[in-house]
Amino acid sequence: MRDDLLDLARSPLALLLVTLLGYQAGRWLQARTGGHALAQPVLPAIGAAALAITVLDVDYADYRSATELIAFWLGPATVALAIPLHRQADRLKGFVVPLLVAIVVGAATSIVTAVLIARVLGADEVLEKTLATKAATTPVAIALTDTLGGIPPLAAVFAISIGIFSAITGPATLDLLRVRDRRARGLAVGAVSHGIGASRMLREDETEGAFAGLAMGLSALAISLLVPVLALVLF
Amino acid sequence: MIAGLTWLLVFQVLGEVVVRVLDVTVPGPVAGMLLMFVFLRLRRYGDDGSIVRAGSALLRHLQLFFVPAGVGIVVYLGVLRDHALPIAAAVLGSWLIGLVVVAWTAVGLERLLGKPRDDLEPGPHGAGEAA
Repeated sequence: MRDDLLDLARSPLALLLVTLLGYQAGRWLQARTGGHALAQPVLPAIGAAALAITVLDVDYADYRSATELIAFWLGPATVALAIPLHRQADRLKGFVVPLLVAIVVGAATSIVTAVLIARVLGADEVLEKTLATKAATTPVAIALTDTLGGIPPLAAVFAISIGIFSAITGPATLDLLRVRDRRARGLAVGAVSHGIGASRMLREDETEGAFAGLAMGLSALAISLLVPVLALVLF
Repeated sequence: MIAGLTWLLVFQVLGEVVVRVLDVTVPGPVAGMLLMFVFLRLRRYGDDGSIVRAGSALLRHLQLFFVPAGVGIVVYLGVLRDHALPIAAAVLGSWLIGLVVVAWTAVGLERLLGKPRDDLEPGPHGAGEAA
């Protein structure tokens, strides 16, 4: 390839385009499959961009700064998670105590069990810190892992993976556990598998979806507050 | 749209200020989310306001915004390969235990407080306790 064209292909413009095209392809796939849990738009987007920088021999650090325009909005979007929380807060009446206790206990359980299982099986401390946040919504998992000293890209991958797994198997697992209250069902899936799990619950039932969304927001808060405290004990 | 985005940035900056002043390891945007939640509650903020419109637009494409972070996976493929077992076991095990704990804690406390609910179709063996 001519050098000037290769330079263009490695430019922020082209890398941004590849990322957006991959995301659009992902959205198209999601629509075509009727919103199947496996068809998360983020996956083709990451795949396309990862393939492009590998083929073009672009350093990840260069790709990261080229796409800062996109990554910047992760912060404001995280702040915006207050909106679904606000819109669903009225549904809480009569369920405040079970909900809050379950969220806090669940957040602590997710963090501690992930770290301890990894430790028993021989993971190092950096990996344990990366696994600790996986139940939080992806932007929060990334930010928390960063402050803890883990590996943010891996935290993103763990959070996305468990979200997809939970979206596929969550409802059937809850049936096995004989959980029949729709509020508790949504709550459980949202608390352990954030937005991707919540979107599956929303397709099952409106109440389950609303509580899953609520659980996602509250769990992100609980995990953020608990991780630094539990880190003192665990590490 | 721009008014709403401005508000979101205001709360993000406030969040960053709070975590720096209090010297806690909570991410600034999470503190910003909490502050904005309190603000929206106190103002009884409606669905047609600029914050809701701009914020909902961002949330629709939340997945796009973490693509740049996720692409970093190319650097860590070796770590994934070398630690496949502890990673898979920790992610799946912690997920299942978390799911059980959250669901049973919520249901158990409901029973304790005397407000159990059964929303699903009654099974073949009848689910008569709450009826």
